[in-house]
Amino acid sequence: MPNTEYEAVIGLEVHAELKTESKIFCSCSTEFGAEPNTQICPICTGMPGVLPVLNRKVLEYAIKTGLALNCEIAEFSKYDRKNYFYPDLPKAYQISQYDLPICRNGYLEIEVDGQQKRVGITRVHMEEDAGKLVHQGTITATPYSLVDLNRSGVPLLEIVSEPDMRTPQEARLYMEKLRAILLFLGVSDCKMQEGSLRCDANVSVRPRGETRFGTKTEIKNMNSFRALERALEFEIDRQIELLEDGEKIVQETRTWDESKQATFSMRSKEEAHDYRYFPDPDLVPVVVDRDWVEAVRETLPELPDAARKRLVQNYGLPEYDATVLTLTKDTLDFFDRCMEEYHDAKVVSNWIMGELNRLLNQQNLEITECKVTPFGLVSMLRLIDEGTISGKMAKSVFEEMFATGKQPEVIIKEKGMVQISDESALEPIIARIVADNPKVVEDYRNGKDKAFGFFVGQVMKATRGQANPKMVNDILKRILSGA
Amino acid sequence: MELCQLTAHELKDKLVQKEITATDILDSCLQRVAQVETQVKAFVTLTEESARETARAVDEKGDYRGLAGITCALKDNLCTKGIRTTCSSRMLENFVPPYDATVVRKMKDEQAVILGKLNMDEFAMGSSTENSAFFPTSNPWDLERVPGGSSGGSAAAVAADEVIYALGSDTGGSIRQPAAFCGVVGMKPTYGRVSRYGLVAFASSLDQIGSLTKDVTDCALVLNLISGYDKMDSTSVNAEVPDYTRFLVPDIKGFKIGVPREYFQAGVDERVKEVIKQALLKMEDLGAMVEETSLPHTEYALPAYYIIAPAEASSNLARFDGVRYGLRDTEAENIIEMFASTRARGFGPEVKRRIMLGTYALSSGYYDAYYLKALKVRRLVKEDFDRAFARYDVLAVPTTPTVAFKIHEKSDNVLSMYMSDIATIPINLAGVPALSIPGGFVDGLPVGLQLIGKPFAEGTILRVAYTFEQNTDYVGRKPKLGVN
Ligand SMILES: [Zn+2]
Repeated sequence: MPNTEYEAVIGLEVHAELKTESKIFCSCSTEFGAEPNTQICPICTGMPGVLPVLNRKVLEYAIKTGLALNCEIAEFSKYDRKNYFYPDLPKAYQISQYDLPICRNGYLEIEVDGQQKRVGITRVHMEEDAGKLVHQGTITATPYSLVDLNRSGVPLLEIVSEPDMRTPQEARLYMEKLRAILLFLGVSDCKMQEGSLRCDANVSVRPRGETRFGTKTEIKNMNSFRALERALEFEIDRQIELLEDGEKIVQETRTWDESKQATFSMRSKEEAHDYRYFPDPDLVPVVVDRDWVEAVRETLPELPDAARKRLVQNYGLPEYDATVLTLTKDTLDFFDRCMEEYHDAKVVSNWIMGELNRLLNQQNLEITECKVTPFGLVSMLRLIDEGTISGKMAKSVFEEMFATGKQPEVIIKEKGMVQISDESALEPIIARIVADNPKVVEDYRNGKDKAFGFFVGQVMKATRGQANPKMVNDILKRILSGA
Repeated sequence: MELCQLTAHELKDKLVQKEITATDILDSCLQRVAQVETQVKAFVTLTEESARETARAVDEKGDYRGLAGITCALKDNLCTKGIRTTCSSRMLENFVPPYDATVVRKMKDEQAVILGKLNMDEFAMGSSTENSAFFPTSNPWDLERVPGGSSGGSAAAVAADEVIYALGSDTGGSIRQPAAFCGVVGMKPTYGRVSRYGLVAFASSLDQIGSLTKDVTDCALVLNLISGYDKMDSTSVNAEVPDYTRFLVPDIKGFKIGVPREYFQAGVDERVKEVIKQALLKMEDLGAMVEETSLPHTEYALPAYYIIAPAEASSNLARFDGVRYGLRDTEAENIIEMFASTRARGFGPEVKRRIMLGTYALSSGYYDAYYLKALKVRRLVKEDFDRAFARYDVLAVPTTPTVAFKIHEKSDNVLSMYMSDIATIPINLAGVPALSIPGGFVDGLPVGLQLIGKPFAEGTILRVAYTFEQNTDYVGRKPKLGVN
């Protein structure tokens, strides 16, 4: 934030789609990407006379999430109807939880500039997703719209934070940590692009030192971590400018426009809906018995914070490495599997955070989708250790492994990429290069360090990078000093 | 006597003895429909063809278990796959459900011969069947009078012998009040006894499916068929279903019958009171202990009901928006206009009135004062019943304050129409079972005696009702419909 006289107050409302096999109140599949209206039944299309029946798996996932977020699990909670008309909402009400959510009063921890910071979780509740509208052309000019109800009734968790965040960066760290926790629990895919993780933000600003909250706005339509950070930056600046100009902030809902990189007003508080919440008489209240909660607690996997500590303590990894390796469960699994067969954690970490992540980002792939296996990476590291290939060669071997999925030994054989560690082979090559460049030898003797690097480069060029670098160094030094 | 005039258990005996066939019963009913339907107007849809097919199939098999082969009909708010289900509303005039309600599936499994769908007040909102968007139904005892509602078509069809029995639904008296007006036996089971899956919801926490039959034995047979836990309805109760015919014992010696005085106060016709008084004397003669008692919160039941039921209805009926099924105004310029004009055209005035009442009661700022308060009253009403049932086996009261009123007599006076359910509404709020049985007559019109039981004590009610039926001659009397 450029203006240091103000501070921002940020709270996030996150919707995570749960990856149960069937929907929350019927037995239809939740699979993503099916043909429109192929995963529907009378219940999730809101036919007259149908009734919802709770999928117990949803409740289990909600409890699991609540426990992972250090929440109290309510012994008694209930479902409520949120009433509003919209063509993608078949019953004209959404079954949600209003005043008695399943989880409340939790927190998660983020690391800001080396300090642990606790962000409160106000509540976690279960609800159903709506369908989706498909417009012909643009929404304003469309002659008609189509309704796809495949998503109608897909279970969601709404996770509401306390207004504890002060910067867009903290908001982003919170989202990353929350995503990591959900991924570790295995309750959601958390794909922001596909909409299985969505986030709205409440943001206000106030003069630094002020304890009361300023007037807040709600920001919607942020479809990536980057969008979240950018939208918050924009909105905070906008609000500060208004205050500086002596104007008032209007309480309203605003939408983030990615192409314009700005927020725009959607509706004011006066236009806000009255959802007429009331308890859904079709569903019995949820009574969770303590034994079940404890049984669910027993099934909790290692969570990101614990994993991070483990990596630091057991392997001596830097905090930064540990944080990156625990951003997703899949990355941690990859690392852990490497460590079952390899001794040097920092080397593994460097390769995962470096080359592997670079290639994944470049091709927009998940670690589970990539062709390099932990076994492949470890095999390659062993080839380096044994001196079969150099670190430099390893980079191109790794790229080939990433592209084709072949084992490193195979790639080396196919390309003839074996490191030359034979003194009798290297010495004549080096001697010839030294002999051919008397002027550089002169420079070297006059103390110019660059000259040594020139010779190394020439040797590598002549051997197509396959010369053992340590051996090249030794031989060069000997020839240059002795000759 | 024609076959259509007999009860289900009498017909069942004849079927089992191979004296008659299911097709004979159907033919008799169809002949009756041809004779009287233009006067009674009970049916919205006749399904003669599929009824014939079922009857033929039952006869071929020759297995007359349960209610197999007996002709019946359904209130038109029970979803029937492939057969339109209108709720007597323009909104669903051409709506054909893609699935069967659980009770309908049970009836099909039993090979019940379903002759059609019966008229009702639109979306079950009303007490006279005058709120049907299509036509009013007449009371077979006096065609100028209403059959009651909202299951008026069901009660009239049974009273007129067009079918042997019918299913209805009861949210505030919608089975018992028309049963009383038409002189048949109407049972509203305990909330949760019968699955609501496939019943087009009016007020979900009050709705319950039940039967309209010619006598108490038939009531037990139908209850056997439709009761039971259903995994498709979370509010259905997983409790054992007894064979209700076991309770058909003509003996109530030592039974304790409570008579709450609040049900005999102002507004109840003196002649109706007298009929009920005589019925209670009869019970005493039969060895029951009859005692006056009090349900002190009774007077608050009606206002609480007219908050809770419309509130739930306003939400339940919101899905009729023209998007997926039913009526749609295709002329509308945009989606908001389409919602509004579809609903303006599709719903009748009483439905609109209740949607507005309910929307108001749930609105922010009014919720606590109306809806929440009504829920508290509901609890008090329920506790009244709990206390009474600690002392009594059943409670006995009139089903309605008056006998059937004239068509148009109350249609312009909403409050006086609402008052006709004053003795049935508290039972729905409490969720307990109740049955209306003909308890006598006033000026040739039937009077309903209402017997109320503990939750899941339908059997006790049946035993008291059966004993009364066997010792009086009110059940089985027929209206003099102009047949010849
Ligand atoms: Zn479904």
